[in-house]
Formats: sequence, structure tokens, C-alpha cells
Amino acid sequence: MIRGTRKALGYVGASFVLLLGWHVLALVLDSPALPSPAAALPVFVELLPVLWEHTLISLARVLAALAAGTVLAVPLGLAIGRSRVADAIFAPLIFLTYPVPKVVFLPILLIFFGIGNASKIVLIGLIVFFQILVSARDAARNTPENAVLSARSLGAKRFEIARHVVFPAALSEIFTALRVSIGTAIAVLFLSESIAGTDGLGWFIVDAWGLINYPRMFAGILAMAVLGVLLYEAVDGAERLATRWRAAERSS
Amino acid sequence: MSFLSFNAVDFTYQGSDRQVRALDGFSLAVGMGQPIALIGPSGCGKSTALLLAAGLLQPTGGSVLVDDRLLARPRVKTSLMLQDSGLLPWKTAEDNVALGLSLRGETRRDARTRAREALERVGLAEFARSYPGELSGGMRQRAGLARAIALDADLLLMDEPLSALDALHREDLQNALLDLWRRRRHAQVLVTHSIEEAVFLGSRIVVMSPRPGRVAAIVDNPDMGRDDYRSHPDFYRTCASVRRLLEAEGALHFAPGAPS
Repeated sequence: MIRGTRKALGYVGASFVLLLGWHVLALVLDSPALPSPAAALPVFVELLPVLWEHTLISLARVLAALAAGTVLAVPLGLAIGRSRVADAIFAPLIFLTYPVPKVVFLPILLIFFGIGNASKIVLIGLIVFFQILVSARDAARNTPENAVLSARSLGAKRFEIARHVVFPAALSEIFTALRVSIGTAIAVLFLSESIAGTDGLGWFIVDAWGLINYPRMFAGILAMAVLGVLLYEAVDGAERLATRWRAAERSS
Repeated sequence: MSFLSFNAVDFTYQGSDRQVRALDGFSLAVGMGQPIALIGPSGCGKSTALLLAAGLLQPTGGSVLVDDRLLARPRVKTSLMLQDSGLLPWKTAEDNVALGLSLRGETRRDARTRAREALERVGLAEFARSYPGELSGGMRQRAGLARAIALDADLLLMDEPLSALDALHREDLQNALLDLWRRRRHAQVLVTHSIEEAVFLGSRIVVMSPRPGRVAAIVDNPDMGRDDYRSHPDFYRTCASVRRLLEAEGALHFAPGAPS
């Protein structure tokens, strides 16, 4: 409870600082392209129902992509990290494809999956997939050998070692990768929604830009920030639940 | 009759660019219910011998037998305790102790109940739901012992289990180990760096030669396990003879009076 209050206060304080900076910047620039928060915030409040709808649409896309990417990448990455044969086959493939920015596939994905949800989810999922795949592989390679020995001495077979040792040992690194991918995921979400489609926050922002309605555009940007915070907090909460033993370790 | 036997065991670690011969013609027999201690210079293959006895490594030459059977994989009634206790940090003490049982096919509930009983036996009843990170080093090792108790182990293998503890906790745990052995009479192999620990807990003390490891000498210690052994003159005498043997193996480079 205390932690929750402290966190809320932190968000309030940080918001205040950011709004102040924004206000000063708007005064200095004195351009219609950067309305002051005093102009944007009322629009944000007024548009809340509409913004909420678009936020939910965007959130659903990102969540679906995160879930699909993670569910596919974790077992594969762990397997590659633990098996020399799998590593010999897949590692070169990963190293060749990992550095390619997946955004470049957006046009192709649009052709194959249309301008609806599917193309966006596949693109974001692809990015998440690779980031988590690489992290899961590295984490699995660094599994504490003593823990593996101990489990094997208790009679654990390959799958049981994966379940009781490799997977829990890798969890923290997987969550770190997930948190990093959220930043990229939101950026790509914006891009894919702004290029094609008729809904989602990315579309809303670019649509307002086209209408030269800057307060409306900034209301969309604010909603995007809220979306980001929601996702970070969700991942944070999931991590705390999944790695309770770490908190126990820290508090002792 | 021997319960665990190493018969002319060779073991070579296959590195990517070189081979390391850890054991060379290592032979040793441990009787049923017999506690022995393995001591020797660093890198003499003590830990390798232990992993072979656990069935986690296969010898490159010779054979390892437990209970008259060639050891091809870890066996259910062997319990291994490592320096860091081998507890999984992401499982509570109770779940750690229960893991071996549920891997054996026991139901979750039975495994839990037995784990709790075992933790109670080592005085950790109220820490059943604690994670290893919340326990002290000594408590972690006691949880490791609870694992052996829960598994009803007839062979307990320990790789320097107490080396990370301070002197008082170490003595406390040594007493706990002795107590456990006196009650259960399991065969036991304790790998240690400490001469006193070897003499306190080994009815035979096996001194190993530097790499590649071989049995250099065996010191019989028939008084092991008797009350107040630690303060008995025989205890010091046995320690002294083990120390001399280790000096002869070059394990103690800075021994007083040793030629430099």
C-alpha cells in the first residue's frame, strides 16, 4: 500500500514537472504547432470518451503482439540456449535476422494481412519475438550450473529441468527484455497505425495533424503516454508476481 | 560389503582445446552405512569423484557401482548437497524439499507433508514458506539436509557443504550432520578442505593425491562419532596424521618446517 502511494505521488510529481517544462517551452516557441498544456488538457478531458476507445484498440493490439511474441519466443529461446544442436542450427539464423529492423516489412505485411489488426499485431509481435528470443537464449546459457546439477541429482529429466530450473532462472531477464520491447512496440504501433488504418491512437494523432488541430493532436499524444504507463505498470506487476522470491531476497 | 565402489576410475574433462585428467585409477570402497571423508589439494578431483558417485558424470574408464548396480544415471535414494546447498532460489524451502519427492512421482500433497516433516526435523518448521534468499547460510544447508531426510537417502554425498559458513555455524552443522548420521546410518561421502571436519565426520579419511586424483592414503578413524570426540586427544592425533599426509602430498605449501 505504501509502495503504491509512493508510486502514485511519483507519477503526480513527474507529471507536474513535465507539464511545467511543456508550458515553458510553449511560451518560448510561441507556435500554434506547440499548444500549451492549458490549451491541450481541456481538449484531452473533453475527448476522453473518444480517446479511451482508441486507447483500448491500440492497447489490445500491443497486448496481443506482446503475448504472441513472448509465448513463441520464450520456449524457443530457452531451447536454443540449452541445446548445442539447436543452437548450431538457429543461432546463425538469429544473428542474420536480428539486426534487420522489422519495420521494413510493414509494406509487405500490409499487403498480406491488410490494413486491419493483423498486420499491426504481426509486425509488433515480430519485433517482440526477436528481442525476447535473444534474451531467453542468453539467459538459458547462463543458467546456474549448480542448480541444474542439483535438480538432475533429484532425478529431473530434460523437460523438468527446463520447468523447474531454466525457465524460472531466466524470468528476470525475460521481463527486462519485455520492458525494453514495450518502448519499441509503442513506437512501431504508432508508425503502423499512422500509415494505414482508421483507428487507434497513432491514427488519431496523425488524423488531428492533418486537420491542423494541434490541441487535439496533443490530446492524442497524452493518451499515448498513458498507454505507455499502463503497459509498463502491467509488466512490472506481472514481474513482481512471477518473481516473488527476488523481492523476498531483497527485503532480507 | 561395499555399497559404493569406485573401480580403477579414470575421468577426463573434455575441454574445447585441451583435456584435463581429473581422476586416474581412482579406487575406493564405501561400506553400507559408512561415513567417509575425502580430503586433498585443490583440483585433486574430489568433486569429480562425488559427481561420479551421484551418477551425474560417467567415468571415461573403470566403473562406479552403487548398491551392486552400475551407475548410469542419478539414483533416487542418493542425495547430493553442494557448497551453496543446491536449493533453487525461486522455490520456498518447502517446495525445494518437496521437489525431489514429486519428481519421484509422489502427489503434491504427500510431497508437501513429507517436506514439512523433514524441515521440522532440522528445526526449520517456521521457515517452510521462506525463500532460500531469506535464510542464513546455515539454515540453507539445514534445508539441504531436510531434502536428504525427506528422500530417505541411503547415500548422502556432500561437496564442501559447510565451507561458506562461519566457525560457529559450521560446528553447529557438523554436529547436526553427525546426529543425522547416527540416527540414520546412511553411507556418506563428505568432500572437505577442513582436516578437523574430515576427522569429526569420517570414520575413514581418504587423502587424495594432486591431479590426476588417486587415493594416496586412508586413515582409519574408528572413534569417529563418539561423544565429545572433538576434545579427545585421539581427535588431535588423527588430525595430526591427516595433516602429515596432506603435507606429503604437497597440499600444504606453507607448512611450518617444510623445506622451501
